[in-house]
Amino acid sequence: MFDDGAPIYRQIADQIKAEIMNGSLEPGGKVMSTNQYAAFYQINPATAQKAFRELVDEGVLYKQRGVGMFVADDARDKLAADFRDRFFERVLAPLVREARQAGIPLTDIIDYLRASHDAGGAVDQTEKGALQ
Amino acid sequence: MSFTVNLRDVTLKYGDSDALADVDLTLEAGKIYGLLGRNGAGKTSLLSLIAAFRKPTTGQILVGGEPVWENAPIVSRVALIREGGDFDDSDYVKAAIETGQIRPGFDTDYAYKLADRFELPLKKRVRELSRGKRSTLAAVCGLAARAELTMFDEVHLGMDAPTRDAFYKELLAEYMDRQHTVILSTHLIDEVANYLEEVVIVDRGRILRHEDVETFQGMGATLTGQADAVDAVAAGLEVLAEQRLGGTKSVTVATRLDAPTRERAAAAGIEIGPVGLQDLFIHLTEPGKNGA
Repeated sequence: MFDDGAPIYRQIADQIKAEIMNGSLEPGGKVMSTNQYAAFYQINPATAQKAFRELVDEGVLYKQRGVGMFVADDARDKLAADFRDRFFERVLAPLVREARQAGIPLTDIIDYLRASHDAGGAVDQTEKGALQ
Repeated sequence: MSFTVNLRDVTLKYGDSDALADVDLTLEAGKIYGLLGRNGAGKTSLLSLIAAFRKPTTGQILVGGEPVWENAPIVSRVALIREGGDFDDSDYVKAAIETGQIRPGFDTDYAYKLADRFELPLKKRVRELSRGKRSTLAAVCGLAARAELTMFDEVHLGMDAPTRDAFYKELLAEYMDRQHTVILSTHLIDEVANYLEEVVIVDRGRILRHEDVETFQGMGATLTGQADAVDAVAAGLEVLAEQRLGGTKSVTVATRLDAPTRERAAAAGIEIGPVGLQDLFIHLTEPGKNGA
């Protein structure tokens, strides 16, 4: 379920962010509880709690005492800029680096991207996939 | 109520040799700890001391803030489950389960629910059980004890993979139902890592590391690339292991890589990979490390 690169709490936080971005978690919507997350993923509840704490600190979720965790109204706007930054950092930066190592000229990459894009939105799909 | 554990300057000698030496350890209440160590490292000795099965040669052991030795009210709420359990071989399984009732927290209904789930044959005698079933019986008694401090000392030995998986699931469910202190002693680290909050590594009678699990998981990295480039980046880092294949070199470091180091590595075409807990543990406790 988890790849062992990043800490699990960060992977959970990223997944919740992705769910907010793709609309499966709506602004104002209730998020599963720490124990539900822990039982579902079979992880220590403290790990799930760490993910929630991080998201609360970032203003993506807010806590209503005794009721649960909810998605902030402006969560999607907050995340959009973040996603754009991360797309460049995580997807494009390694791409440029690998292309340089392989001796592929930048213009070839641009041509390829443009062709894929014209062929029917394939680039949009790749973006989404890479970010999740 | 869930118990804290404090060991202060604890030494345990068997004859002339130290099973444990100068151990200082503080465990907070209500967390799940993984106790890792090679065979003979001192895991069982440590747990036996905490459960007051043994008395330390020197030093002090507090459980729930009180000295644990000859402290019946505390000890009755501490469960140490050893592989195969401490059963009377001639008892029937049903009777073996019910001996748990001497503990104040023991939940008989829950014990039978678990016995059913794990398909324990109640009408057989303990001596007729396979090794795996015997460990399972021990684990069931440990869960149903509903103690404030529960320690499982390699109970997974002998259990097959599906049983281990079911045991971890039950353990987590019981923990979420009733937060208490749990110590899981094991060397199947990767299998239990996600259930843990903190990790304690014992090596040659000493506490080698005590970290929360994320710190421990993020502690190591592998660097793979051109030998010269790898050496340049790894210089000054704690190197645990290295391998060479022609001009390519791979080193395992026990250091969290900071952003500048990652950038330098990336610029030099070095691949950075994670180190599994199991690998990290193997490297850290290798003979020849730590002055042995």
